[in-house]
Amino acid sequence: MYADYDEIIERISVQALWDFPGGVHPPQQKELSNTTPIETLPLPDMFYVPIKQHIGTGGQILVNEGDYVLKGQALSANDLALSVPVHAPTSGTVTNIGEHVSAHPSGIGELTICIKPDGLDKWTDLVPLKDYVNHPKHDLVNAICKAGISGLGGAGFPTHIKAGEHKDIEFLIINGVECEPYISSDDRLMREHAWQIRQGIDILVHLIKPKQVLVAIEDNKPEAIETLSVACQQQTKYQVVSIPTKYPAGGEKQLVQVLTSREIPTDGLPADVGCMMFNVGTCFAISDAIMEGKPLIERIVTLTGDAFDAPKNVWARLGTPISHLLSAGSYSTSKQESPRVIMGGPMMGFTVSSLQTPVVKITNCLLAPADKELPTPEDERACIRCSACAEACPASLLPQQLFWYSKAKEYDIAQEYNLFDCIECGACAYVCPSEIPLVHYYRKAKADIRIQQEEKEKAEKARIRFEARQERLLKEKLEREEKHRKAAEARKQSMNKDGGAAKDKIAAALARAKAKKEALAQQQGDNATVTNTEPQESTQTSGRARVESKAPSDKKDKVAAAIARAKAKKLAKSEAVSEDKKSDNEAVSQESNIVSSDRKKEDSAQGAAENAAVDSTVTTSSDSPEKKANDKKAKVAAAIAKAKAKKLEKAKMNEQDNTQANTQNESND
Amino acid sequence: MFEIGALLAIVVLALIFGSLLGWVAVKFKVEGDPLVEQIDAILPQTQCGQCGYPGCKPYAEAIANGDEINKCPPGGEATIKELAELMGVEAKPLDDAHGTEDVKKVAFIREDECIGCTKCIQACPVDAIIGAAKQMHTVIIDECTGCDLCVDPCPVDCIDMIPLHQDSAHWQWDFNTAKIGDIPIKQVS
Amino acid sequence: MKLTLKSSPHHHNRRDTGQVMRLVIYACIPGIIAQTWYFGFGTLIQVFLAIVTAVVTETIILELRKKNTERVIKDYSAVLAALLLAISIPSFAPWWVIVIGTFFSIAIVKQLYGGLGYNMFNPAMGGYVMLLISFPMQMTSWLPPLSLAEQTHGFIDAVYMVFTGYTSTGFNIEQLRIGVDGVTMATPLDSVKTDLSQGFTLTEAYTNSIFSGIYGQGWAVVSLAYLLGGLMLIKTKVISWHIPGSMILAAVLFSGLFYLVQPDIYASPLFHLMNGSLIIGAFFIATDPVSGATTVKGRVIFGAAIGLWIIIIRVWGGYPDAVAFAVLIMNMAVPLIDYYTQPRTYGHKSS
Repeated sequence: MYADYDEIIERISVQALWDFPGGVHPPQQKELSNTTPIETLPLPDMFYVPIKQHIGTGGQILVNEGDYVLKGQALSANDLALSVPVHAPTSGTVTNIGEHVSAHPSGIGELTICIKPDGLDKWTDLVPLKDYVNHPKHDLVNAICKAGISGLGGAGFPTHIKAGEHKDIEFLIINGVECEPYISSDDRLMREHAWQIRQGIDILVHLIKPKQVLVAIEDNKPEAIETLSVACQQQTKYQVVSIPTKYPAGGEKQLVQVLTSREIPTDGLPADVGCMMFNVGTCFAISDAIMEGKPLIERIVTLTGDAFDAPKNVWARLGTPISHLLSAGSYSTSKQESPRVIMGGPMMGFTVSSLQTPVVKITNCLLAPADKELPTPEDERACIRCSACAEACPASLLPQQLFWYSKAKEYDIAQEYNLFDCIECGACAYVCPSEIPLVHYYRKAKADIRIQQEEKEKAEKARIRFEARQERLLKEKLEREEKHRKAAEARKQSMNKDGGAAKDKIAAALARAKAKKEALAQQQGDNATVTNTEPQESTQTSGRARVESKAPSDKKDKVAAAIARAKAKKLAKSEAVSEDKKSDNEAVSQESNIVSSDRKKEDSAQGAAENAAVDSTVTTSSDSPEKKANDKKAKVAAAIAKAKAKKLEKAKMNEQDNTQANTQNESND
Repeated sequence: MFEIGALLAIVVLALIFGSLLGWVAVKFKVEGDPLVEQIDAILPQTQCGQCGYPGCKPYAEAIANGDEINKCPPGGEATIKELAELMGVEAKPLDDAHGTEDVKKVAFIREDECIGCTKCIQACPVDAIIGAAKQMHTVIIDECTGCDLCVDPCPVDCIDMIPLHQDSAHWQWDFNTAKIGDIPIKQVS
Repeated sequence: MKLTLKSSPHHHNRRDTGQVMRLVIYACIPGIIAQTWYFGFGTLIQVFLAIVTAVVTETIILELRKKNTERVIKDYSAVLAALLLAISIPSFAPWWVIVIGTFFSIAIVKQLYGGLGYNMFNPAMGGYVMLLISFPMQMTSWLPPLSLAEQTHGFIDAVYMVFTGYTSTGFNIEQLRIGVDGVTMATPLDSVKTDLSQGFTLTEAYTNSIFSGIYGQGWAVVSLAYLLGGLMLIKTKVISWHIPGSMILAAVLFSGLFYLVQPDIYASPLFHLMNGSLIIGAFFIATDPVSGATTVKGRVIFGAAIGLWIIIIRVWGGYPDAVAFAVLIMNMAVPLIDYYTQPRTYGHKSS
């Protein structure tokens, strides 16, 4: 189906590469920034290092606020499968650990460690593995992971996972294509640090053992092709390949297709077609990590666009707020009607929401375009089905169909049209004559679908738990019934056994009951005036009090408070019911008599509860010792007050409802 | 004679097509989920009972027996739309009598106020609250459906329904919800 | 600082819908000049009337639909539809023909279906077919090319003719249609059709004075002028070659097949290309993006099917020409074609 190894080598040697469908040719604008050497910046006043700068999960934080950290010291652990550590970009003090605006289009806060530099820029102990060929593979992969390296090209996939892959790889592809307009950070890196890139490739070759290494560079970067060819010339397995300039040739899928004609399966990885790809920046970082022992704490960032007076490339420490970089490039808003800063390139970058956004591992460019240069799009017009988007799509999708269905939220059909194969390169929206922000619609649809799926899964889990619970409750009920039945049977049997005795017992019981009744009748007269609220609360509280009285005495105040709250609640409730229940007064007061005898047995907590109920601001009992701190008391008091207020309100509403219902009833009558 | 021929032809045709239809009906029989299961799969499984039934499955049964499809506030418009499609009826707006659509929330127990009464544990339809008598209780956030059923039984009102924290992974590309400008650091601990 | 938030891409190639439509309009200019040269100024008057009607109609409807009128008018789609209708009808047709036709195109065929992007039929051809069926007399009264006409007519005559039915010197349309040999002249396709139906062979039919060789006088040049405009459109990537290419190829192959079998009765492929509106249909009408197929394979099928229908209707149908019918028939098949011609997505085994 696809070309085999020999054919690929053959075609590459004669520069007869394949092509990918679609693609666009936006103006390159690389010369804005690629003519001057990479500059080093002074340290900013503050670093903001987000814990998660890659695809996967953030690691456990290893430092506390106030800690002093050294440059290169790990701030988070690589404890989980997909986690990659982050490191202190300089020596200084951790001032804050909290949520800070993220390097994400939403700007939603993410866990970030703030470090105030002390200006010394003092390194921690570095452990290089210069003789890496003598170390086991596992150690090297671990060292790459410990250095916090994740793909610097854009996606930010943890590098150690790819490097630790065991599949047979035919082609190790080093991606120096940099197809996005404006960006020149990889270009400058290749020109100035070709040797270190070559070292990084050597390490990867040692780890992955590919048959062939292809270094792909777009033909608009002749200097980079030159320097890397020189750096790689002793290695026969390494070949620098010049790729025709076309956006998005640097996309992983597209580059594999251009070099090998193979297509990465939609649910697969490059390794499935014998390829593995690393960005040149990643190779440089690997070399730094293994040969020098330095973790990934800085990267090259292109500052470009007409709103920069001095566009250039700079070495930026990870965590540097972009305001620091903007001033380094002499950014001025005079050419922009409203300020606009794009992190990344003009095709796939996103606008940042704050100038405090930190530089992260995938930040390759800051683009501040003049309004004339990249005008902000007008409102979209109607789609005229011209198919310019389909002609531009490198994945051979039908963008306009995806657009219809995404916009109409017909997500099932959108997925039938392979929405998730969209790489969001933006070629379709670039050519759309109606200026429809197509990619935006796809992103929204994808986010919605992901959330829906998550909810579906959660709902399924909830359903299972609900059903399991129902089953358990049913089982318990049956068991209880069974037990009761058995107990009843046992009683019956024993009764049958000693027949006469049982009869006597029954007679005795009857007599007792009669006596009790008489007594009750007497008491009823006395207690007729007792309001029904009191007995009710006393049943409650007394029950609780009896339970609590067994608890250790140091808990007493807590208990008291709880009872107080409970009482307040009940009080409010009963107030509400009181009106309706007037007719039931007698029955209730009967009950109250039974209970009142119990009351005497109650301990001091009971009294406390009463007090609390009377005055909600004074909470803990006067009898019990005040052991707890005052703030606790206040809290509890507040809770009670709240509860009371809530219940009262509810009660009032109930009352209203009731009166309404009553009036209605009356009118019905 | 001619008429008989025509008649015969019609009869033969009828027989052929009749048996063909019968064969197709047997051969391509669709084994669909029972309706209740399908409805249940659409419902959000919060088990909140706002529809007036004790859980989603009972409501699914009720819908299958002809009850209205707009009684599920947690599911909201989306669920009503899907139900309408499944049942082949018009989608209608949510019935306000059963509550309104709200942001996703989860229950949170203020733990130092909890008295360990286990009332909420008994109320939770999905067993998402753990704890024992006289021990502090807590909610497993991942399992909580936000049904609200534990709030009322709590005698000390120490359960709050708090909106789920939004993170960038669940952001739905709505720039109107993005914060803009100089955003101060929010203290976490 | 309040920063602007926008979704990527932030880059755009700056060719908007209005520009695309304008380029198509410009590409019509050589053809319109040729048409005016051979058939008089009537064409220009029709174009003028059509554009005014289209803009007014579209404005009113957009106002009624409470849309951003100015923005939509500026996409030039209504103007283009009107222009295509105007150059398709006889140059001296009465003014109300083009007004009714344009109104129908814009109001019914385009806006009633939801406006630009939602209409399933080609607006110009929808209007054309409505006119052809409703006013067959006016819609077939083509003039002979000026070089063959007995009466010459200038701009003033054209204005009079369109608005009053008589030239400034009092001739009516029938008189104008009389050629130098004293008989009413038909279009090349029409005269061949009539002759064939009367049992003549093609060779005999070509002796009609409207022909020079097998090419209708004037008509062939007009076709070539539109071909030039069409090639310009392909060159500037406003349209892709798929629809015109497959349409012409299919027409040529299909008619060629019959021509090889019986050249006496069936006209040659070149005859079909150069006479009638096949060329203008291929480059300007069938390429309407809204009502056409969208996938590459789909476009090839769509174009080829139109070519096929044109030849079928021309040879066996009741009408001498068939571009409008063929396009409308295939418009109906577009959703089906699009559905079954989806390209294979990257990384998928088969579509």
